[in-house]
Order: sequence, then structure tokens, then C-alpha cells
Amino acid sequence: MSEKEVKNLEEIFEARIARDEKIEPKDWMPEKYRQTHIRQMSQHAHSEIVGMLPEGNWITRAPSLRRKAALLAKVQDEAGHGLYLYSACETLGISRDELYEQLHSGKAKYSSIFNYPTVTWADMGAVGWLVDGAAIINQVPLCNTSFGPYARAMVRVCKEESFHQRQGFEIMLTLCRGSEEQKAMAQDALNRWWWPSLMMLGPTDAESIHTEQSMKWKLKRKSNDELRQQFIDQTVPQADLLGLTIPDPDLKFNKETGSYDFGEINWDEFWQVVKGHGPCNKERMSARVNAWNNGEWVRDAAMAHAEKNEKRKVAKAS
Amino acid sequence: MKKNWPLWEIFVRSKNGLEHRHFGSLHAADAEMAMENARDVYTRRNEGVSIWVVESKNITASNPADNGEMFEPAQDKVYRHPTFYDLPDEVKHM
Repeated sequence: MSEKEVKNLEEIFEARIARDEKIEPKDWMPEKYRQTHIRQMSQHAHSEIVGMLPEGNWITRAPSLRRKAALLAKVQDEAGHGLYLYSACETLGISRDELYEQLHSGKAKYSSIFNYPTVTWADMGAVGWLVDGAAIINQVPLCNTSFGPYARAMVRVCKEESFHQRQGFEIMLTLCRGSEEQKAMAQDALNRWWWPSLMMLGPTDAESIHTEQSMKWKLKRKSNDELRQQFIDQTVPQADLLGLTIPDPDLKFNKETGSYDFGEINWDEFWQVVKGHGPCNKERMSARVNAWNNGEWVRDAAMAHAEKNEKRKVAKAS
Repeated sequence: MKKNWPLWEIFVRSKNGLEHRHFGSLHAADAEMAMENARDVYTRRNEGVSIWVVESKNITASNPADNGEMFEPAQDKVYRHPTFYDLPDEVKHM
């Protein structure tokens, strides 16, 4: 294809997106569109899968059967969400194995928040309330993104995700209405998860390298800073309701903007964690790699079994 | 030996009276496993009463590059639509 032809196709493509038409996997698309989507969707899928680990830590120690059933269901949903997103990503011509390989080699990233440890039961509350809360804010606009398979996966994810946040808030509420120790545990969890949750919405707009192009492709409909402000404005009243204090002395309602002003985010910490130096990066990755490597013989055996059955069927028929 | 599990397309009927609709896809070693996984992945919240699993390689899809010749001819056949025909207002229910 000549350069002129490609340029022409690109113009038609951009116009389709501008008209809010969806792009489907077999449609012509610029290589950069494909690559950007593989990067973002796989990062999203990896985050769901790695995100199961900090919670898996508490399944056997949930304080009641009700909590255990809910946590199990939540973790199972996350596996499902990872699967929807991997499948959507594979429609762009990359295999599941390549995607895993990118995660395991560190080439692909996942959300930095999952590199923090879950040290008390209250962390299950804080993760549901804050981390899933921030995730929902990030994900809702993606239900309208331009790539059809991604948008469809996100619709399903968002539908399922709202229980995740509610069960987290309920855990926090129960602790806050409990003994002094329980309330202190909830406050401690908020103290540890607040700032990482704000970081989770991504670097500031000035630092964010992908924003402009992603906006054009509707891979992003609001900037990181806008999403962060939305998260803060929505969460502060919820913390008040719990009777907890957000660990930011500079947090103050601004009557003029109708939003909360907040303190400086420690971006050094964010970049340290992204680069692999968070408290649990190594642990998370080794759990993933081990699960994949130790499961290899099971995957192979299942395949061998399927092939043997198939041969038997063919032999019987002939 | 290294052989990846094939890809399957999953179709779910959400309730009797409705058609099976494409829900998504997943990898599985065989049809039985595809069915079990489809149940766990796509019907955790009463989304369906019936599931079809089809190995993706068995689906023949049209090519978007051929959309012109495939679908455009229908555009100038307006006489296939009821609104093409002029009838007096007195004729009701037709």
C-alpha cells in the first residue's frame, strides 16, 4: 500500500471514530491504534489477574462465612474480568501466551496499586471501597471507547464491579461501628490505601504521555487529573460518613470550584513502584510466574486428553 | 510439546424465547471444558439458560474489506420497505 493510500485510510478511520462508530477487529486500523490497544487492554487484563493476589491472601481468614462468600465471588469476578479483557485483546492478533509472556518478563505493566500488601482484614474493606472505587471511575467512560470488543468487555465488567465497591464499604462500615480497635484498624487501612489509590488514576496530565492520542481514540474520555478529582470529591463524603479521617492535612473543600483541594502526591513513590521497587512487586510476579509454570503439565495433559478423545471419536465413526 | 488450548466462541440464550447471542470467547482444551468454563465465566449471575460453544476456527466470517459489494446493494432497494409505497390516508391498518 502506498503512503497516500494509508493516509487516506487513516483519514476515513479517524472520521469513523469522530462519528462515534465502533471499530471491530477485522476492520482496517492504523498500526499504532492496534499497538496502543494491545498495550492498554493487556495492562488492564494483567491488573485484574494480579489484583486477585492481595485479596486471595484473605479468603481463608475472612471473619465470617458471609464475608468469605463475598470475597470469593469478588476474586472470581476478577478472574473473569481478566479473561474478558484478554479475549478482547487477542482479537487484535496477539496470542494469550504472548500476553502472559509480556507480563512475566516485566515488559507489560499492571496497576501499581497491587504491589502494596494487605496486612489486616480492614484492607479488604479499603481495597473494595477505594481501589475498586477508583477502578470504576476509570472504567465507566471506557464502556464508550471506540474499539468494540473493549467497550463490550467494559460494559460487562462495570455491571459486575459495583458489588465489589459496595461490599468493601460495608466492611469498612461494620468495622467503624465496632470496637475502638476495629475502628482504628479501618483508619489504619485508609491511611495506607488513600495515597496509592490517588496514584492509581495515573500520572498528572502534564506527565502523561499517552493522553492526547488516547482521547482522540476515545480510549480515554477524561484526563487523569479530572478522574482523580472526581474520585476525591466522591470519596471524601463517604469517609465522613464512616467517621474516618482522610490522611491529608491539606484536604479542604473549595467553595469556588465546588471540589476538594488536596495535598501533594508523592510521585517518586509512584514511579518507584511502577519500576518494580514497591513492597510486593517481586512477590506478585513470582506468584504469577509460579502459577503459570507449575500449571504447564496440567494444560498439556488436558490438551493430550482432548486429542486422544478426538482420535477415538474419529476411529469409532470410521 | 507445546500446544495451546484452542479458542472457543460462546453463545448464551438469556431466557427461553430469545435467541443465543454471542457473549465472548475463551480457551479450552475441548468442548466439554469450554462448556464448563463458559458456565463459570459468562453465567455467574443468571445470565443464561442455554449455552453453545463453537470452536472459533469453524466460523467463517465476512471480510470488512468486502462490505461495499456485500451490503451496499441493499441501500438502493428502498422498494423493499413498506414506506416506499404511497397509499391514501383512508387506508388504515396496512
